[in-house]
Amino acid sequence: MELLLDSLFNGVAIGSVLLVAALGLAIVFGLMGVINLAHGELMMLGAYTTYVTQLIFKLPILKPFYNSYIIVSIFLAFIVSGVVGILLEKTIIRKLYGSPLETLLATWGVSLILQQFVRSVPLAYGTGLVISLLIGLFLPTTFPSKIKESINFKYFKFSSWIFAALTGVLTGSLISSSVSKLSRASARNVDVTAPSWMRGQVEIIGTAFPKTRLMIIVITLISVIAITLFLNQSAWGMRIRAVTQNRQMSDCLGISTEKVDIITFGIGSGLAGVAGVAVSLLGSVGPNVGGNYIVGCFMVVVLGGVGNLLGTVLASFGIGIMTDLIGAGRLLSIWPDMPLPLSNTINFFATTSMARVMIFALIVIFLQFKPTGLFPQKGRMVEN
Amino acid sequence: MSLSKIKFDKKIVLSFWIILIALIIAAPTILPVFRLNLLGRYLSLSIVALGVDLIWGFTGLLSLGQGIFFALGGYCAAMYLQITSSSEFPNNIPEFFALYGVEKLPFFWEPFRSPVFTFFAIWIIPALVAGLIGFLVFRNRIKGVYFSILTQASLLVFFNFFNGQQKLINGTNGLKTDVTQLFGQMVGSESMQRIFFWITAIVVIAAWFFAKWVVKGRFGNILIGIRDDEPRVRFTGYNPVIFKTIIFSIAGGLAGISGALYTVQSGIVSPQFMTVPFSIEMVIWVAVGGRGTLLGAILGAVFINYAKSLVSEALPASWMFIQGGLFILVVTALPEGVLGWIQGDGPRNLLQRFGLKRKIETYPSLEVNNKEGNNE
Repeated sequence: MELLLDSLFNGVAIGSVLLVAALGLAIVFGLMGVINLAHGELMMLGAYTTYVTQLIFKLPILKPFYNSYIIVSIFLAFIVSGVVGILLEKTIIRKLYGSPLETLLATWGVSLILQQFVRSVPLAYGTGLVISLLIGLFLPTTFPSKIKESINFKYFKFSSWIFAALTGVLTGSLISSSVSKLSRASARNVDVTAPSWMRGQVEIIGTAFPKTRLMIIVITLISVIAITLFLNQSAWGMRIRAVTQNRQMSDCLGISTEKVDIITFGIGSGLAGVAGVAVSLLGSVGPNVGGNYIVGCFMVVVLGGVGNLLGTVLASFGIGIMTDLIGAGRLLSIWPDMPLPLSNTINFFATTSMARVMIFALIVIFLQFKPTGLFPQKGRMVEN
Repeated sequence: MSLSKIKFDKKIVLSFWIILIALIIAAPTILPVFRLNLLGRYLSLSIVALGVDLIWGFTGLLSLGQGIFFALGGYCAAMYLQITSSSEFPNNIPEFFALYGVEKLPFFWEPFRSPVFTFFAIWIIPALVAGLIGFLVFRNRIKGVYFSILTQASLLVFFNFFNGQQKLINGTNGLKTDVTQLFGQMVGSESMQRIFFWITAIVVIAAWFFAKWVVKGRFGNILIGIRDDEPRVRFTGYNPVIFKTIIFSIAGGLAGISGALYTVQSGIVSPQFMTVPFSIEMVIWVAVGGRGTLLGAILGAVFINYAKSLVSEALPASWMFIQGGLFILVVTALPEGVLGWIQGDGPRNLLQRFGLKRKIETYPSLEVNNKEGNNE
């Protein structure tokens, strides 16, 4: 019993990282048919945001609040990755609408650039750049409608970008002068240390669970609930669902599909940032951190089908639990006296990398029966 | 995508071939060994690019897992070389086995004692694996990005498998070939490398003609039909699964040959050949050169790799930026690649923009139809 609980917990812990990472990917894929290969790098940005937030909270002014930095960083990571995602959508993805394979390649290019960016640009200036992007993209939308409708809007927009750039440079240099660790570019991995209240373990029904893992499960839970509420209760959520089901019809009915695309992509990317916070708690943060999770996320999307959050949830927990069962060879400990050839096979696959091999095989077998995932979209289109 | 081609004069074609053959024969004497070796490697990479062009440029299947077949070919060649030059090591098996305490040769190494078997294995094994993966995926009408990410996942699976199995194939260290013997000569030696360069050049030309033959005629037309409108092909009575599986395993076979040639020239085969970035890079060679143009794939592979090595020597950090920019640029601004741009309307449009050539006006309806056709 205890063993089973342990295994279940591990599986859920692996699955919840996958889930929070794949959630954004699945929503974007469902809406736009776009697989964002830069999703892993958006996660990486979220992880680096956590790191930067942590260092900034070590400054004397913010020191008293140090313990709460992780909560703050969740919101910051959402904003940072979301802003980068919106920029990505506005500049590249929108142009490639209707050609998903080209989008795939373009987002791969973006991911390479982002990786090299964190290697060769000091994090302080990276933060400054993100801040100026944030201001430049959102300041014009907060103008009163009088200005927006005037002919001189272009100039207002232009001057707000100049203001944004100045603010970005100022913050960048401010951070780089006050936090020496952020002022130099480095390709080395960095470590995020959890605040003291998150270290150690909790005991539930006789089994010890690390607190960081519990925290990740909580983050995932909150993200899933928030997204479900947003999609099902808000007006924009309804529009997103409508466009996911039938883009042309929604367009005809007056929904601005362009805005829906931007919002969805922003939220999807923001969720990648939240996933980045979770990932930063598990291990060290480096330019390649996203790559470790991205293929798992794809598998979740393939297995779960598009347009249904339940599919994504079930698929990630399914993969998580299977990874733990196979990778740790738990079947053997649950059923010790199984026949020798079977136990040999299980031993052969009882490493993390071999578990991936096995799970992929299982997914391919599954797809032979249900090619469009657990919960396919209903319809009679020839093309899906 | 336009299929128009520039018609060349026969004399021009003939002189092009004469120059090309002269260059191939002369290259080993002109270039220093280091550069010659690089050129040979890039030429061998152009064979895998041809395969990518066949499946992506002509059939519309974007595979991000060609590294599997590339590495399989490389492993086949390396296993043969290792096993033929293992007579001085204990138990008559390759040296690395002793490190892991393996005394008996794993069973799947046995057939690689035979050069004939190896010669066929290099392209048949990758082709079979590709055919199997392809069939399982295509049978369920999985296509588009689903296909791409499934190939990427299978790439990762193969990588994990090869990376983790030290006792079978030396795991992450890979198999070295440059210190092995082939027909009594060291594979890494200068004279052998020169021979490999010539072999590669000949194989590239042969593969080019083979690919040309594949895309010519009805078979090629069906491939293009699948790319442009698969349901219509199906409704006309063809089974796209068969054609897709065949072309995917052809591309796999080409990747295997390419991997074997690359391995003997680079001196090692390792699971690094199966990393995700390398396989996506193959696509960008084709994209830049011009998908749907076979020559473009070859030229793209050679030139981009050459540019990569030159840039990396000068400014190591900037290559990632350039490569990333290239990906974005080529899909947004130059979707048909350089050669496709030259063969299509590109130069004329450029001249028109500068007012050097008169604009050709057609019926508006014709332009609308063309646009619809292009957007699928």
